[in-house]
Amino acid sequence: MKKRGQTLFFDKPPRVQGAATVVGPKEGLGPFGLDFDKVHQDVRAGENSFERGERRMFLEAAQLAMQKAGVTDREVDFLLAGDLLNQIISSGFVARELNIPYFGLYGACSTFGETVALGAALVDAGFACTVLGITGSHNCGAERQYRYPTEYGVQRPATAQWTATGAGAVVVGLEGDILVRAATIGKVHDLGIKDPFNMGTAMAPAAADTIYQHFRDTGLELKQVDLIATGDLGMVGREANLALLERQGLDIGDRYLDCGVMLYYSHQQVEAGASGCACSAVVTIAHLFKRLREGDLRRILVVPTGALHSPTSYLQGDSIPCIAQAILFEAAKGGETKWAHI
Amino acid sequence: MTRHAELEKKQAEGKIGEYKSIYGPKQPKPPLAKNLFYAFVVGGLICVLGQFIKNIFIGLGFAPEQAGNPTVATVIFLASLATGLGVFDNLARVAGAGTAVPVTGFANAITAAAMEFRREGLVLGVGGKMFSLAGSVIVFGVVSAFIVGLLSAL
Repeated sequence: MKKRGQTLFFDKPPRVQGAATVVGPKEGLGPFGLDFDKVHQDVRAGENSFERGERRMFLEAAQLAMQKAGVTDREVDFLLAGDLLNQIISSGFVARELNIPYFGLYGACSTFGETVALGAALVDAGFACTVLGITGSHNCGAERQYRYPTEYGVQRPATAQWTATGAGAVVVGLEGDILVRAATIGKVHDLGIKDPFNMGTAMAPAAADTIYQHFRDTGLELKQVDLIATGDLGMVGREANLALLERQGLDIGDRYLDCGVMLYYSHQQVEAGASGCACSAVVTIAHLFKRLREGDLRRILVVPTGALHSPTSYLQGDSIPCIAQAILFEAAKGGETKWAHI
Repeated sequence: MTRHAELEKKQAEGKIGEYKSIYGPKQPKPPLAKNLFYAFVVGGLICVLGQFIKNIFIGLGFAPEQAGNPTVATVIFLASLATGLGVFDNLARVAGAGTAVPVTGFANAITAAAMEFRREGLVLGVGGKMFSLAGSVIVFGVVSAFIVGLLSAL
């Protein structure tokens, strides 16, 4: 347990003991349809409102993750959760169902990174043996809160992104085959983008800075990390992020993916790609963790990105403050990185 | 403004300009020709449909100058029905202004908001939120009608 710069180094290290994803129908039709633990065919997940559907997905993801981790809610020390709805109600309501001491977090779409970073820190510091992190989002819930009623007919610009429907839960504990090695906590950046339909461009500077800081703090070389995956920059933000990092001397192009670009097929009409808390969570858990387990990847840097605006701040003409958190995951069988130099 | 804040502001503006030069060329351009084409075709077809309905009302015995009102009501009904069936937003995604400019856009804005907030109850949900999008159309419609009315009276 050490810190250098903005990065926390875990030496216990905490592990992903169990993780699960529950998604909506559109995500189920995407490239990772078969990798998700549960795909709902109903956007409301059998409930009578989008918000309740989101809660149900949260609860199901949590229960599946705990089942995979071999723990019950009484054995989990802390629950860390966050979502996009006002007053993070999905998290609060799910905490009501689970019998676990609860921290509510808000990092917009970067919440997945925040839950894993804090969960790993709690475990590494010895305050907890198992921590449950849940995050997710709902397309229709987010649409009606941030944008327009779901059935309102409007033409979306090419830079717009589609808030993903789903939930991802991770149990961070002391057993498991994926290690959480380090976490870089991002600073909030705002380079003046005001258009909420162009969040990829708004978030790219935050992502680029966190990635740069991560490599600076850890001293890792680019070739030591098999894959860098940003959360939800989309097609547009992805390009800006690449250009910004290139100016800093980091050419990550050959090992860079964006979860927002990966979650849907291009024919699914999502313009620049996916967004939302669910995006980085479900892609990381369902797809990237699978590749780590299969040995295809040994070490990955997941960088969930978040736009910290609200409909009020947007209407009042404010630009969008953005954040990115970077989490370094490692396959246990690949041999642990030694943080000897720290 | 303090000197420090001023300096910071200038620095930030430099950074903002620099960033603009990075992301600017990479921004996707809106498919203007395609959007214009679909808006023209779909908007035109809606007007053809309106004319067709109007002719039916004239055939039913309405005077040509009075057939407009039932025609508008019918088109509003059809747009609301399409919204309720969940097809309007898919059409509008392609048609853009083609569906937004005729009365169909107004009908959709009201129906979509009313449907969306049904879960929040009839009074504060449907009643209160129904005009959340279309309210400004009504307000500025009435205001401009009043001004035009005043001008024409002079």
